[in-house]
Amino acid sequence: MTLAKRIIPCLDVDRGRVVKGVNFLGIRDAGDPVEVARRYNEQNADEITFLDITASHEARGTTLDMVSRIAGEVFIPLTVGGGIRSCDNIRALLNAGADKVSINTAAVTDPDFVYEASQRFGSQCIVVAIDAKRVSEGGEPPRWEIFTHGGRRPTGLDAVEWSRKMVDYGAGELLVTSMDRDGTREGFDLGVTRAISDAVSVPVIASGGVGSLDHLVAGVKEGGADAVLAASIFHFGEYTIEQAKQYMAAQGIEMRL
Amino acid sequence: MTIAIIDYGMGNLHSVAKAIEHVSPDERVTITRDARAIKGASRVVLPGQGAIRDCMGELERTELTGLVKELLSDASKPLLGICVGQQMLMDKSEENGGVRCLGYMPGRVTRFDDTALDDQGQRLKVPHMGWNRVHQHHMHPLWEGIPTGERFYFVHSYFVQADDDAHAMGYIDYAGSRAHVATGRDAVFAVQFHPEKSADAGLRLLANFVTWSP
Repeated sequence: MTLAKRIIPCLDVDRGRVVKGVNFLGIRDAGDPVEVARRYNEQNADEITFLDITASHEARGTTLDMVSRIAGEVFIPLTVGGGIRSCDNIRALLNAGADKVSINTAAVTDPDFVYEASQRFGSQCIVVAIDAKRVSEGGEPPRWEIFTHGGRRPTGLDAVEWSRKMVDYGAGELLVTSMDRDGTREGFDLGVTRAISDAVSVPVIASGGVGSLDHLVAGVKEGGADAVLAASIFHFGEYTIEQAKQYMAAQGIEMRL
Repeated sequence: MTIAIIDYGMGNLHSVAKAIEHVSPDERVTITRDARAIKGASRVVLPGQGAIRDCMGELERTELTGLVKELLSDASKPLLGICVGQQMLMDKSEENGGVRCLGYMPGRVTRFDDTALDDQGQRLKVPHMGWNRVHQHHMHPLWEGIPTGERFYFVHSYFVQADDDAHAMGYIDYAGSRAHVATGRDAVFAVQFHPEKSADAGLRLLANFVTWSP
């Protein structure tokens, strides 16, 4: 087996600026997405994901400008998510230099949008974000449901069934985030990661809850993830991506070093 | 000198253009479907993304099929095929129920087996997405400065198998198949991976293309 597992740092951006403080050594402007992307590229990141949290529709042009500037300098895959609702949004991002887009709420409100987008642009650039929360009680067989609005709104959709459906509709990759673990630093929800990874043929990215390098290892080994996404452990300079890769490789995981 | 990236409506051409501009700031890189501009260029890139039936269909619709065949037969003009642009050079693809391609190199395009397991019993995912090691099968000027086994970035479900061993420039083994992820003949070199997204190794390959004189 020679296909490497991937490490993907995730950046929140608002109006073309990185927010939620990136703070690693020797960076001049931690808010400049181009500089942060360049730094992660130097650390050997396999891809970079941007989550656009820009609230105002009008300010979204700044995201396109940002993607275009990054794509001119950093030659690894770029994924952009957040607020993508139409094929026009997707076309604009791809033209600016994004390689993939991550569709979240719009997939839940209009699953046909995923089908239309994958037909139009190819499955290879359509990532569907699966925000899942455990809904079963302690003694029951585990069950997870899809939630929207940052984990506040239940949809009644079973996360594993929904994942299968999204792949049938053309998703080329799934970004599985545990809303129970997101921000906790307690590690991925390995149960939901494994259940979805076993249920679908496409690659799965594990997300939500990373607090240590062992969590990344577990995401791959126990969760069956093809890629792991993390934010804070890299942003605050606790670990470089290179260190994380070395650690995972030492645990027997195929990595691009 | 001008490098033309053929714009027949399929694929993310801007990333390719930006990467080539990055390695050759003195060349003019143009994204075009104008036959005269393509013919006048000193080098040509044939990209491709999405379903192969759509790629072949759009090439036909934009009336560029004949021109691309003409370019392929010109043994002095370097042409780089990328992703579906590599697959299109073969005889046929089994995607979309069977699609006839440009027939420049004998061979076919088939799908990875998505039921195959790796040595730890994990299901191998299709699309084949991520960084894999490319083994160089024949020496070629485009491999200059790139070690065999170097990783490049892939995202695809179908792959090329060339009939003629002389055309197979590089390969990967995945899901029980040997995929010829780099193929070449005369002034044509084609890759399944995305050099424009493969960090330093990819940029080196593009730099080699820009200076290649077959």
